[in-house]
Amino acid sequence: MLVVRNGRSDSLALEGRVVAPTQGIDECLRITVEDGVITRIEPTDVRATVVAPAFVDPHVHLRAPGREDEETIGSGTQAAAAGGYCAILAMPNTDPVVDSTSVLGALVERARDEAVVPTGFMAAISKGQQGAELTEMAELAESGAAAFTDDGRPVVSAGLMRRALQYSGLTKLRLALHCEEPSLSRGGHAHEGAVAAELGIGPYPSTAESVMVERDLSLAEAEDRQIHLMHLSARESVAALDAALARGGNATGEVTPHHLVLTDEAVRSLDPNVKMNPPLRSESDREALRDALRRGAISCIATDHAPHARQEKDVPFEEAPFGVTGLETAFAALHTHLVMPGVLTLETLLERMSTGPARAFGLEEPRVEVGARANLVALDLDSEWTVTEDGFRSRSANSWLLGETLRGRVVTTVADGRLVFEA
Amino acid sequence: MSDPRAPATPRRHLLSIADLSREDVERILDTAASLAASLDREMKKLPTLRGRTVVNLFYESSTRTLASFELAAKRLSADTMSIRSSGSSVDKGESLKDTALTLAAYEPDVIVVRHPSIGAPHLVARHTDAHVVNAGDGKHQHPTQALLDLYTMREALGRLEGLRVAVVGDVLHSRVARSLVQALALVGGETVLVGPPTLVPRGIEGLGCEITHDIAAAAGADVVYVLRMQHERMGEAFVPSLREYTALYGITPERVSPRQVVMHPGPMNRGIEIDPRVADSEQALVTDQVRAGLVVRMAVLYDVLTVAPVESRERAGVA
Repeated sequence: MLVVRNGRSDSLALEGRVVAPTQGIDECLRITVEDGVITRIEPTDVRATVVAPAFVDPHVHLRAPGREDEETIGSGTQAAAAGGYCAILAMPNTDPVVDSTSVLGALVERARDEAVVPTGFMAAISKGQQGAELTEMAELAESGAAAFTDDGRPVVSAGLMRRALQYSGLTKLRLALHCEEPSLSRGGHAHEGAVAAELGIGPYPSTAESVMVERDLSLAEAEDRQIHLMHLSARESVAALDAALARGGNATGEVTPHHLVLTDEAVRSLDPNVKMNPPLRSESDREALRDALRRGAISCIATDHAPHARQEKDVPFEEAPFGVTGLETAFAALHTHLVMPGVLTLETLLERMSTGPARAFGLEEPRVEVGARANLVALDLDSEWTVTEDGFRSRSANSWLLGETLRGRVVTTVADGRLVFEA
Repeated sequence: MSDPRAPATPRRHLLSIADLSREDVERILDTAASLAASLDREMKKLPTLRGRTVVNLFYESSTRTLASFELAAKRLSADTMSIRSSGSSVDKGESLKDTALTLAAYEPDVIVVRHPSIGAPHLVARHTDAHVVNAGDGKHQHPTQALLDLYTMREALGRLEGLRVAVVGDVLHSRVARSLVQALALVGGETVLVGPPTLVPRGIEGLGCEITHDIAAAAGADVVYVLRMQHERMGEAFVPSLREYTALYGITPERVSPRQVVMHPGPMNRGIEIDPRVADSEQALVTDQVRAGLVVRMAVLYDVLTVAPVESRERAGVA
């Protein structure tokens, strides 16, 4: 369930080259929105901007409750609006953890006042994300949870994971899985490979992810349940997902902009803003992720937007927490680094940022269609801008793109019939 | 990624061996040699850095590195002070950045940093205007150790070009090994890393070395460089026991030939990675290394303060 802010819908018109890949649309159109609903779609000569179904981010850390110094529902959803998103899913690894209907209910109430774009709240799989006891999944689903995840931590016990798959069948909600075998990742701060070996950084091998991906795919198949694999980073994980899909398994996967653009070579800078979990991996991993995204085996781009306080990132690499922000830079970064060099088509990028994630979580797909609620983004593909610390709507600035000039800018975002961002 | 916090004026640091060219290394070693000669000949103290301030900021325990940096600064007539993490504001939770900013307010010319985390000296360099010398950061780099090791080898064997060095032991956790491999590659030496597969990380060949798990490879080397084997590695299951480690990789008299020299960065675990008979033999250069530490660190302080500034290549060279 997505929580929509209280308030009125808008009336407006967007025109340009409309690209809606899943609907087979690529033509110059004028889209009229009245009271939040698309009422007219007609030909136009204007093609200054690209207008597309707005984006859906299945992986955002809003840090509320508990770390409102880093992000709030308000600031995080403003960042989402500026990034072209019409819907986001927030992670439950907050303080306290979203593992009870009271914590979830309080968030839903706050979101009705604060959420600039519709927001779904995931609830934890295990109480306190401790990996020992299941949360009250049926009641959490009833109270509006969007999905279940222990993101930030793996479900270490295979037995508990199996129970979670079985019991969550009472709900219509997916399990979204952070795959990490802690006995393999312990002490790891960068991908196990030449860069970590040369620099002497604690290694975090690909197998720490892929053995858990394989385990969870097997368990899900045996229990006939759908799972979503979060922030995939390793080619071995892609191979496991491919094999499961080939057997007819019901799984989806997501990949982040930073894993699609960077490799562990970036770690040589020792910049804490290239430290993420899972870590940036090798060139061949990046190639496997790009290929899986093109083929659709990975159907979602997720930012894993993870705000951190400035003082927590202004420390030596190994002492810094994992995670980077991404909502406000995702489209521009991927347009600049993948679409412009011809690695990915614009159509595929737009689809994997919108329809792909919406389908993976059973959310309503943003569509360009008369009668549909307006969820639209207008993009200026030629506009250049430089990512700066003071340019974010997010409360945090731990971006891996600081100082970089990107090409492609979100100019308008309409989310659930409301104008939520205008450049 | 350009670092928006980098200072406007480039300063000369020694953060990593990767900051240096072959000419830089040879100049520092030559400076160290002439300092050694003048210290022997005349007096124990030179006026070279009078009026300069050198701060030693040590977040890890150290005997020889801290002592030699202090003494090196004093022998060059610099004012020096040493801050250890225990007993300072670090105990009260002060961040490295704030400690660096605090020290920077005294306008030191050089800050020497030792820290358990990779990149700590780089962070100090970003936040102060001082020249920063890395005295060991995590498992990353210990460039002055590598320089003093090269100095010791050159003094003992008369050359560096073509020298073959076997580095034996726990490479995975060793900043000494990483710095030494890079330094030897710069001056035309060759390194082979020898140790169990759990302690020699795959991919480290990229630094410019070979790897093997067979101690027999040490027999072909001019220098056998022994790394410290830390007891806590057993708890982490890197090796099943120190006994087996010693049996497989311990440097015993049987494993060295008279034409080889043996080095160790200290502190030694006698009877574990190095047999006491080897440690106390004529072949062992361990005390030469300690003596070299003083003159090489004098040369490094002199070099960062007097040679034309260049931006740290390691930082500037990375996208």
